[in-house]
Amino acid sequence: MGQVIKDSPAAEPRFKARGVDKHFGPVQALTQVDLDLYAGQVTALCGDNGAGKSVLTKCIAGIYEIDHGQFFWEGNPVHVRSPRDAARLGIETVYQDLALADNLDIVQNMFLGRERLRSGLLNEDDMERAATKTLADLRVTTVRSIRQPVASLSGGQRQSVAVAKAVMWNSKLVMLDEPTAALGVVQTKMVLDLVRRLRDRGLAVMVISHNLNDVFEVADRIAVVHLGRLVTQGPASDFDRQSVVDYMTTGASSRSGPRTDADGATSGTR
Amino acid sequence: MARAEAPETAPDPTAAAEAATLEVPPELVAQSLGEWFRAWLTRIRSGDSGVLPVILALVIITIVFQAISPHNVFLSAGNLVNLFQQSAVFIVLAMGELFVILLGEIDLSIGYAGGVGAAVTVQLVQPATTKWPWWAAVLAGLLVCVVIGALQGTLVTRLRLSSLIVTLAGLLIWQGTMLIVLGLAFSGYPSLAGLDSNRQVLYNLMNGTIDPVISWIGAAVVVLAIAALLWFGDGRRRRSGLVAPPVSLTLLKIVLIAIVATSVVAICNINRAAFGTQEGVPWVIPIVLAVFAVWMTILQRTRFGRYVYAIGGNPEAARRAGINLAAIRTLCFIICTFTAGIGLLLYASYLGGMSGNINGGQLVLYAIASVVLAGTSLFGGRGKVIHGILGGLVIGGIYNGMGLLGLDVRWQFIVTGLVLLVAITIDSLSRRSATSGSAARV
Ligand SMILES: Nc1ncnc2c1ncn2[C@@H]1O[C@H](COP(=O)(O)OP(=O)(O)O)[C@@H](O)[C@H]1O
Ligand SMILES: [Mg+2]
Repeated sequence: MGQVIKDSPAAEPRFKARGVDKHFGPVQALTQVDLDLYAGQVTALCGDNGAGKSVLTKCIAGIYEIDHGQFFWEGNPVHVRSPRDAARLGIETVYQDLALADNLDIVQNMFLGRERLRSGLLNEDDMERAATKTLADLRVTTVRSIRQPVASLSGGQRQSVAVAKAVMWNSKLVMLDEPTAALGVVQTKMVLDLVRRLRDRGLAVMVISHNLNDVFEVADRIAVVHLGRLVTQGPASDFDRQSVVDYMTTGASSRSGPRTDADGATSGTR
Repeated sequence: MARAEAPETAPDPTAAAEAATLEVPPELVAQSLGEWFRAWLTRIRSGDSGVLPVILALVIITIVFQAISPHNVFLSAGNLVNLFQQSAVFIVLAMGELFVILLGEIDLSIGYAGGVGAAVTVQLVQPATTKWPWWAAVLAGLLVCVVIGALQGTLVTRLRLSSLIVTLAGLLIWQGTMLIVLGLAFSGYPSLAGLDSNRQVLYNLMNGTIDPVISWIGAAVVVLAIAALLWFGDGRRRRSGLVAPPVSLTLLKIVLIAIVATSVVAICNINRAAFGTQEGVPWVIPIVLAVFAVWMTILQRTRFGRYVYAIGGNPEAARRAGINLAAIRTLCFIICTFTAGIGLLLYASYLGGMSGNINGGQLVLYAIASVVLAGTSLFGGRGKVIHGILGGLVIGGIYNGMGLLGLDVRWQFIVTGLVLLVAITIDSLSRRSATSGSAARV
C-alpha cells in the first residue's frame, strides 16, 4: 500500500506498521495507522494531546496488542505480543511515565527483567559496573550514588535513568515518549545529543515531542498523528513549523508537506 | 492500566537535589564511619529511621518488663529462652507473610493453613495409626501447605480476586479442615509427647537443646562465615570502585553480629532448670536462622526476589520489563503458606501436640504486626526478612512479659492490637510524607 516516498532512503524501513487499529472499549485510539521507521534516522512523532502517540508507542513495544494490522521488522511480518517479544527484536522504549520502580535503586531499575547472574545469583558487581559506564557515556553525572533508590531522584535524573535503561542494550529501535518533557535546558540538550548519537550508531530512533524546536533540531523525518490517524509522514525538509502545526491541529495542511504515502491519509485536505 | 503520565513542567533542580540528598541511604555516600553516622542522623531526622524504632521498642520492652515482672524474672535465662521459643513461631510466620505483603497483598489464612499442614504431620507420625517417619510426615504437611498456597495464589492472580477476601475465606475453610484432620483418627488430640524416637524428633524441634560446647562451636562457625562473607564481599567491591560501606562500618557490623551471637549462646548455656540441668541452645534457634538465611538469599540475591520488590513498587513497570507477574505472585503465596507450615509445626512442637484450640486468627495478626512494626510497608515494595525477626521478638516480648505479669489473654489482645495500630499509623504517615515529598519532586 502506498507508493515509495521520493528522497526517502531506498532501503526497507527497519520497522513498518500497516493498517494498525487499536481501541479501548468504545474509544478508538488508533485507526489504520501506517508508520515507517528507518535505521540511522530520527523520526519525530508529533500530535496533539490525546492524539494516540503513546498508544502507538505502547503497541510497538508490546504493551498493548493491536486489533488489526501488521508490523514488519526489516521487511518480515512479526507479531509483538509482549514486552519480551519487542526486546527480542531489539526494540527499547522510554515511556512517558518512565516505568521505574521507585523502591529499587538505579542499577536495579536499569537491569529490571534482564538481570545478570553468576551461578544462579544476581551478579550485582557486574551490573553496577555496566550501569555506571552507561550513565557516564550519557554524561549523567548528577546522581550522588548509583545505588540510591529512584524515589530519591529529581525529575530530570529519573528521565536520564529511563533513557539510560533503554540504550544500554544492543537495541535496534529506540522509542522515546516525550523524553524532554520534565527536563531543563541543559538536560534537554543532553538528551537530544544522545538521540543524535544513537542515530549515528545506525539505530532507528523515534522521538515523541510537543516541542517543535526540538523536533526540527533532531528529526530526519516527521510523522504526525491526529485523532488516532497518522495523517502525514515524510522527510523533515518537506515540513515547516506551520505545516506541522496545521497537521497536528486539523489533520491537514494547505502549505508545503510531503506527498502522502498512505492512501487517503491526506485525502481530507480541504 | 496505564499509570499517571508524567507532568510536563520542569522542577526546580536545586530544590530537588537538596531533597534527594536527604534520602540517599548513608552507607552509599559515606567515606568514613563518622560521615556515615552523621548521614544516618540526617536521615532519621528526615523521617526515614529504618529499623531504629523497632530496636528501641525492644529495649523499652526489656527495661519495662524487667522492672515490673515479679522477681525481675524477665531477663532470667529460663525466661529468655522461653521468649525465643514463643517468638520463633511469630518470627517464622512473619517471614512468610512478608512475601505477600511485599506485593501489596495480604494472607489472612496462614494461621490455619499452616495448622492444616501441622495437623497432617502430627497425625501421620502417630504410632497407633500411620507411623510415618517424621521426615516424611513433615514433607507431607508442608506439601499440603504448598497446595493451599497455590490454590489461594491462583485465585488471587488468575481470577483477580481480592487477596483479603480469598484468604479470609481461607481462614474459615482451613480452620474447618484442620479440625477435620485432627478428628480423623482419635477422639482426642494427637500428641507429640511420647517415648518413641520418631515423635521425639518433632517434639525436640522446639524443646530439644544442643550441647553447650557444640553450641559455642556452631555459633563461632556461623559468625566467622558471615564475617568472611561481609569482609571479602565489601572488600572486593571497595577495590573495584563499586558502592561499598567504609571498612570501619563493615567491622562494626561484624562486631555487632558477634556480640549478639555470643550473648544468645551465653544465655542459652546457663543452666535454666530448677532441678537438674537444662542448658544449651534450643534447636529452634538454628531452624529459625536457616529459614531466615534462605528467604533472605532468595529475596536479596535472586531474580525472583528482585521481581517481588519490583511488583510491589510498580507493577506496571514490572510488566513492561517482561516479568511474569502472575507466576511471581502465585509463588509468593506458596512461599507464604509453606513458611506458615514450618511455623505451625514449631508451634505444635511447643505445645507438645496439635490442638484444635490454636488461635490461627490471632497468629496471623501477630505475624502481620511483626513485620509492619519493624518497618515493612503494607502498601508493598518495602520490607526485609530481618523485619520478621525484630518484629517477632517485639510481639513475643509483649506476649511473654504480659504472661509474667499474670495478665491474661484479654490484655494481651488489647496491647497487641494497640501496638499494631501504632505500627500501621507510622507506616501510613511515613508513606504520606514520602509521597508528598516525591510529588513535590517530580
Ligand atoms: N489504557 C487505556 N484505556 C483507555 N483509553 C486509553 C488508554 N490509553 C490511552 N487511551 C486513550 O487513547 C487516546 C490516545 O491517548 P495517548 O496515546 O496517551 O495520547 P498522546 O498522543 O497524548 O500520547 C486518548 O483518548 C486516551 O484517553
Ligand atoms: Mg502521550
